[in-house]
Amino acid sequence: MKNPLESVAGTIISGLILTVVLVFFLKNFLVAGV
Amino acid sequence: MEALMPGIARWLHVIFGITWIGLLYYFNLVQMAALKDAGADGTAAGITKHVAPRALFYFRWAAVGTWLAGAWLLGPGFMDAFMLRNGYEGIGIGAWLGTIMLFNVWVLIWPNQQKILGMVPAADDVKAKARRVAMLASRTNMMLSIPMLFFMANGLSHRAALGL
Repeated sequence: MKNPLESVAGTIISGLILTVVLVFFLKNFLVAGV
Repeated sequence: MEALMPGIARWLHVIFGITWIGLLYYFNLVQMAALKDAGADGTAAGITKHVAPRALFYFRWAAVGTWLAGAWLLGPGFMDAFMLRNGYEGIGIGAWLGTIMLFNVWVLIWPNQQKILGMVPAADDVKAKARRVAMLASRTNMMLSIPMLFFMANGLSHRAALGL
């Protein structure tokens, strides 16, 4: 698989996915106090 | 005057942050592609000699200024942010991302750019490796800037949106 960071579009999509993952982590593991 | 201090810290954080992330986006969206084309027609030296060193100067020092102003702004909440606790979980994720990005600037991007631009002597194979590491570190920072800015915008003053 091609490294997504090779292209600007792949970099932005990766950043958006990481944002969603981190918000999920925050809401489900940090705020929930697990 | 004391009441104004957090406002001054936030103001400086934004000014330094715009300079840092603005130049990061310039490198990724403009300079990388421009250097590829300029290399093909023999005009790359104009960028590597006159533009890149100046851009890198403001880039790396704005990164330091952003982090320091951010730490000042967090004030007594600094430890809570980095420990991801007591309502500072959101801004803490932003602070961690910003800190990782600062590390990338000073440990991966700047030392490798010095080799690429000829500021420190390096053999061709070393330069080729430096180019690859600097490019990936810069792209990593662009990727990290997206969630970092989300958590900067929503992590503290608008944290209710995140359930904090």
